[in-house]
Amino acid sequence: MASGSAVANKEKNAAKRASTFKKIIQNWQLYIFILPAVLYFIIFHYVPMYGIQIAFKDYVPSLGFLGSEWVGFKHFERFFDSYYFWDLLKNTLGISVYELIVGFPLPIILALLLNEVKDGFYKRTVQTVTYAPHFISVVVISGMIIAFLSPTTGIINHFISFLGFEPISFMSDPKWFKTVYVLSGVWQSTGWGTIIYLAALSGVDPQQHEAAIVDGASRFQRIMYINIPTLVPTMVILLIMNLGNIMALGFEKILLLQNPLNLESSNVIATFVYQAGLLDAQYSFAAAVGLFNAVINAILLVVVNQIARKTSETSLW
Amino acid sequence: MDSNLYETKRDKLFKYFVYFCLTIALVAVLYPLIYIISASISNPALVNSGKMWLWPKDITFEGYRLIFGNDSIWQGYLMTVVYTGLGTLINLLVTIPAAYALARKDFYGRGFFTALFVLTMFFTGGLIPTYLVVRDLGLIDSIWAMVLPNAAAVWNIVIARVFFQSTIPRGLEEAATIDGASNFKLFFKIILPLSAPIIAVMALFYGVGHWNGYFNALIYISDRDLFPLQLVLREILVLQDMSSNNTNMTGEAAQLIHSNQQLAAIIKYGVMIVSSLPVIIVYPFLQKYFVKGVMIGSLKG
Repeated sequence: MASGSAVANKEKNAAKRASTFKKIIQNWQLYIFILPAVLYFIIFHYVPMYGIQIAFKDYVPSLGFLGSEWVGFKHFERFFDSYYFWDLLKNTLGISVYELIVGFPLPIILALLLNEVKDGFYKRTVQTVTYAPHFISVVVISGMIIAFLSPTTGIINHFISFLGFEPISFMSDPKWFKTVYVLSGVWQSTGWGTIIYLAALSGVDPQQHEAAIVDGASRFQRIMYINIPTLVPTMVILLIMNLGNIMALGFEKILLLQNPLNLESSNVIATFVYQAGLLDAQYSFAAAVGLFNAVINAILLVVVNQIARKTSETSLW
Repeated sequence: MDSNLYETKRDKLFKYFVYFCLTIALVAVLYPLIYIISASISNPALVNSGKMWLWPKDITFEGYRLIFGNDSIWQGYLMTVVYTGLGTLINLLVTIPAAYALARKDFYGRGFFTALFVLTMFFTGGLIPTYLVVRDLGLIDSIWAMVLPNAAAVWNIVIARVFFQSTIPRGLEEAATIDGASNFKLFFKIILPLSAPIIAVMALFYGVGHWNGYFNALIYISDRDLFPLQLVLREILVLQDMSSNNTNMTGEAAQLIHSNQQLAAIIKYGVMIVSSLPVIIVYPFLQKYFVKGVMIGSLKG
């Protein structure tokens, strides 16, 4: 019996191997289809991943990734001991958390409000207008911020003086940097952020609402007890992804808004990596700082996902 | 279901509240956009002093005349058109065939390749190692540095794969194989003609990314002749204001501002419009297709 089934298994495996082989031969052209993408990801993603080792080396361009000398955790130690380490960490976390607290609930609220509007034209108008800033380039957004907030010619300061207050030097006052960054982000992405929630809301069974109306539920109660619970899984997934990205904030805008006067509160890890690595050519040191950032991110993602899985049954994996 | 029969006074009040909030959101987003348009064609003195605050006042097109007379803006525009065109073409050549292969159930190794691609969404080499690879390949200060390091995006491959899986009937492929058509023939003769919608969506996704991107140019391009529009804009809109950082302000674009101090304001607002014009023109299509893309993404994610 035992030997019989072993023989059968062997035959089955052989047949499977033969059919796999046949599948590969028959579809060899599909491998040519995927080849450019594979080459791209290897060259521009996996080779750089291999290059992370320079964080533990003293990188010398002529010796390459492999030939440079190992130095262990030297660069990490230098970073942790530096006087700016805590400032960078504080600014990075400060901006991210601020952005999350203000920026996360707003698309949910806007989506719930939009969902209440039955007038198709008004709804479409609000959507068309609020989605638009998503497509404005980060350079133009930064230009708008700088122009609008100018203490002498900016329209916002004209309003502030019109109301009888002193103009504020938003861009050169470190106190204001985080608020400017977060609120301009709200302006740009709240509308776009509603799409995913509106999609979830369109899946609500109208019968639920009808039943609730019969039971005498008000509009507000139906939002609280039908619509919001529908959105919870989407919220959890987006929250995990946001928390996992908390150290990886979009630094392209920060880099543009940064100036020597607000550096105290605008210098974050990502802009520091850019400065140290690409402008000062301290490749190994900057790579180490970048790696530190990435590791924190990965840990956060795993931890938050774990918590979400335990508490809400919704998680990324 | 929302017939007036059920609408209580409380519900009506709530409805007004909803419209009130949405109108505030609408005005808050719309106002800066209208202001930019108005400011770009108003008398700069009125713009700077705050007397122009909504509709254009004392209309002048002097700002636009100076913008269109500036060589470095034209050069930036030209380079951006080149990067967007070439970059999007490469994106499509990489994305569409790969997505099609991954959509085929009989493609051995699709799980492996999917994992290979998706992994890069969570783990990256980071800024410095990526820069060093691009430099070692000799791409710095060449057109290729603008189009090769972002030749494909995982998310877009996923969206295109979902499209192929859900729209191309499975029987089609089997029939073609039985008829003895090769995969190449099948792809070019049958699949591609059916894929116009996804090709359009992908071209828009990638195209807007190329048009609006500045960071690759910032780190890989130092030759002024190769500057894309966004880097020229950066000099006019951002660096110009940082008085202490004026050392590298040698470009013609910068002189445009310096030699026309009183017009500086409306030049700035004008370039915002001029640079966004192509995106504004395709915006109606963008809105429709991008929303679809986000939906597909949310289904998979």
